[in-house]
Amino acid sequence: MEGARGHNRWLIAVLFLLGFVLAVFPLPVEWRWLRPEFIAILVIYWITVMPQQFGAGLAWCVGILQDVIEGVVLGEHALALVLVAYVCQLSYQRIRSYAVWQQSAWVFVLVGIHQLFGNWVHSLLGYSAPPLLFLSPAFMSALLWPVAILLFERLRTAYRVA
Amino acid sequence: MASRVFGLGLVALLLIVMNIYTDWLDPVRARVGVIATPFYWFTDLPARMSGWTRDSLQSRESLRQQNAALNAEVLILKRKLQQMASLTAENLRLRQLMNSAEMVQERVLIAEMIGISPDPLAHKVIINKGSEQGVYPGQPLLDAFGLMGQVVAVSRYSSEVLLITDSTHALPVQVNRNGVRAVAEGVGDLYQLKLRHVPNTLDIRQGDLLVSSGLGQRFPVGYPVAEVESVIHDPSQPFATVNARPKAQLNRSRHVLLVFSRQSDGDQRGEG
Repeated sequence: MEGARGHNRWLIAVLFLLGFVLAVFPLPVEWRWLRPEFIAILVIYWITVMPQQFGAGLAWCVGILQDVIEGVVLGEHALALVLVAYVCQLSYQRIRSYAVWQQSAWVFVLVGIHQLFGNWVHSLLGYSAPPLLFLSPAFMSALLWPVAILLFERLRTAYRVA
Repeated sequence: MASRVFGLGLVALLLIVMNIYTDWLDPVRARVGVIATPFYWFTDLPARMSGWTRDSLQSRESLRQQNAALNAEVLILKRKLQQMASLTAENLRLRQLMNSAEMVQERVLIAEMIGISPDPLAHKVIINKGSEQGVYPGQPLLDAFGLMGQVVAVSRYSSEVLLITDSTHALPVQVNRNGVRAVAEGVGDLYQLKLRHVPNTLDIRQGDLLVSSGLGQRFPVGYPVAEVESVIHDPSQPFATVNARPKAQLNRSRHVLLVFSRQSDGDQRGEG
């Protein structure tokens, strides 16, 4: 058991790095609302499969890193991701037993919470998002979830990440 | 677990409040901003690759044509510059006669846009010059057609620029035709600016060129900002609605210019 601990964890870091690249990849102005929240998806996934190892503390660090990289208000994503991580940790057993489409719906709710906090910080800064449009990243994340989970599961089993 | 989440959330909340309402975190952000640069540099690779292939896989014929076109353009610009030299001298003499302040000489630095802020609400871009090259917060940014925005955050090798169309940005302008002053606000649309508090009786027309007036002490005087697109006089409104279209190609320009004005070199943290 001891020998199996911490196996191939670098894959998680690589996926997060890739997530950050995708999160800042320049999109045409017309598509800017269609970017899924890659980092939130990754956090939800890793907490669901490794709730003992990946917790709110790591989610907070990832969030701060995302804030620095995206150049937004420091703490914005950290706050959102901590809450998402908390809800995930409370409910991971249920999520695991869900069908993929049910998981997608759950991801929509979680990323929606994430977006609500982002929107709140934006409103403090004086920006006002068009109503409901700020939820479109949550919708896109839910759409991406089945593909993402297929890819992540393949990678996780191939590299035996534990 | 709940108490840890609560604590972390509280810390994040504190960071947010400190970030928005104070500037205590600015030095920290300038320091840690370095780690963001490689990501933008990386996402910029495809654009740079396509630029490289476009440059190096060109036929001799098209290069010759391009060269000829550029030569012709240089000739035309040089002719304009000849006049410009004498005009500048004349302007200087007149200013001396009137005992008014001297025009400031401006130095420029060519920069390249390497990224766009992923935040869909903010109009911010990332350029590949930072404090290492002397970029400072508040520095104006231009492209070949007009004013683009101002630097808001500087890290070592890159900086963040707030575009003039961002909904939290406004800048003082004047109509080039008659010197009427106004304030141009961004509305969160890349192709639109709004003039604020324009009286219905003000002499402003469709097609007027708006140039920076330099009154905010942040942008240099006389750079084109926008062209008036429509002026609507609605009797039910206290002010006229004036829409303008930014001159700078905010969505397209890759090569941009950072302006160092001599004033701001000494006083780098002037409020504007």
